[in-house]
Amino acid sequence: MLSDAGLRFELLWRTLPPDWPGGFWWHWLVFTIIILAFVLTLVMGFIYIERRGMGRMQARLGPNRTGPFGLLQPVADAIKVLLKEDITPARGDRIVHWLAPVVAFVPALMIFAVVPFQDGAFLADLNVGLLYIVAISSVSTVGIFMAGWSSNNKYSLLGAMREVAAVVSYEIPLVLSITGVILIAGSLSLNQIVLAQGIPFILLQPLGFLLFFIGGCAEINRSPFDLMEADSELVAGFHTEYSGMKFALFYLVEYGEALAISSIVTTLFLGGWRGPVLPPWLWFLLKVFIVFFVMVWTRTTLPRVRIDQLMALAWKFLFPLALINLLITGIQVLAFPEALPWVMVLVNIVIMAVLVLVWSKLFKLGWGRVEV
Amino acid sequence: MKFERYGKGIAKGLTVTIKHLFRHPVTTQYPEQRLNTSRRIRGNELIWDNKKCTGCATCAKACPQGAIEIMTSPDLIENKYKVEKYQVDTGYCIQCGLCVEACPYEALFMGYAYERARYRRGELVQADEMLLASAERPRSGYMYPGIAAELPEQTLLIDRAK
Repeated sequence: MLSDAGLRFELLWRTLPPDWPGGFWWHWLVFTIIILAFVLTLVMGFIYIERRGMGRMQARLGPNRTGPFGLLQPVADAIKVLLKEDITPARGDRIVHWLAPVVAFVPALMIFAVVPFQDGAFLADLNVGLLYIVAISSVSTVGIFMAGWSSNNKYSLLGAMREVAAVVSYEIPLVLSITGVILIAGSLSLNQIVLAQGIPFILLQPLGFLLFFIGGCAEINRSPFDLMEADSELVAGFHTEYSGMKFALFYLVEYGEALAISSIVTTLFLGGWRGPVLPPWLWFLLKVFIVFFVMVWTRTTLPRVRIDQLMALAWKFLFPLALINLLITGIQVLAFPEALPWVMVLVNIVIMAVLVLVWSKLFKLGWGRVEV
Repeated sequence: MKFERYGKGIAKGLTVTIKHLFRHPVTTQYPEQRLNTSRRIRGNELIWDNKKCTGCATCAKACPQGAIEIMTSPDLIENKYKVEKYQVDTGYCIQCGLCVEACPYEALFMGYAYERARYRRGELVQADEMLLASAERPRSGYMYPGIAAELPEQTLLIDRAK
């Protein structure tokens, strides 16, 4: 028996890389810790910004009791949620109910493996980085559907169904709007895309940015597209039956995904870590916060949409515009590769304005019988 | 051709919310900041003047809740009623102010205070000396413009926003 165990150990030893625990594992360890810390701290920061910012936009103050300026409010929230009783519904599916938050959270975390914090600073330099993001980010939906199904609650299931319908619809314009960026940058690696942005792609791809931002907000269920957890009709959607640690995990997923979308928008359209004077990682953080602030801004402003409006927006507005954007970008990249960038910027902004204006005339609900 | 649904409304809404971001918030941080209430507030507790009260019990008759209880005994030497007990169950009081309006001798006033929560039901029942006016128990200007003139002016949220 002893020799058998020894043999196994030796086999394991041989399968390890020769320089173990050399550069590869140190890199893995350091960046895993960085990503975990980055996500957890920034999620707390996001919760603070959202609650305070929303409060001020509604002429309130927002939470200001815990710590200076209410800075410790997310900590207090976390402690409160973690100390609560963890309930599983009596006739729910225990294992799936337990597994769902994990399945939802892990992909949200995995997105950050390919997001560059500065030049070459990321966990994995995937040359198919964007494809990886698109693939991994849709796995969260499975977790959310698991949560809705295992809760044995009609509201949970309804919320989860809406979530799946929305994500499947919005995935298409989302991916198509990214394709324009890929065409211009000529690479799927996020670091290469950042390096290609002499001028930020938000100027070269204004329509793509608009589509991606709207699609991203819908993909992560942020208001005004939060009808899968519409409190007034569905209690809380898929996480109605969740409490304690598992609810905390879903809360984390919500803001983790917002962070992921902000990071991707920053990387793809706002020039990522590039910027003068300040260190690159600070530029990255700054841009992430700006994008998230715009999300909070739209959330405070816009009322929730109906399910038919949500679907119509995806299929009748975002999808055709994304296709046209792809076509125009393709023509531009193929026919005028030498064109001056600033001319292209102007042309693209004009194209965006014209397309949005024209499509607002074509965009109708219920063959024009339903008021939008 | 009329264009209307291209996002003009959204842009308008966004400018409104961003303007609110730099506006003075309307909320008051209650225990630290307090607004002055109306000078004619019908506050939580009745204020009773034992010198002016004749024990006629008009207030007790006017009270729709029956919260006021008066016991008097005839004082034959001075030829008037002596008030032996004047008791108000403030737990029953609905702050309607009818007793104050009914009092013919100006001996009863509404309270100006609004923080009169108690831990026990028994503490809500107040009698005699507990009902007298003092520095902690100012009188409200309800029904009495003279008292109202001495109280601080009400803070309005419109004034604070300036």
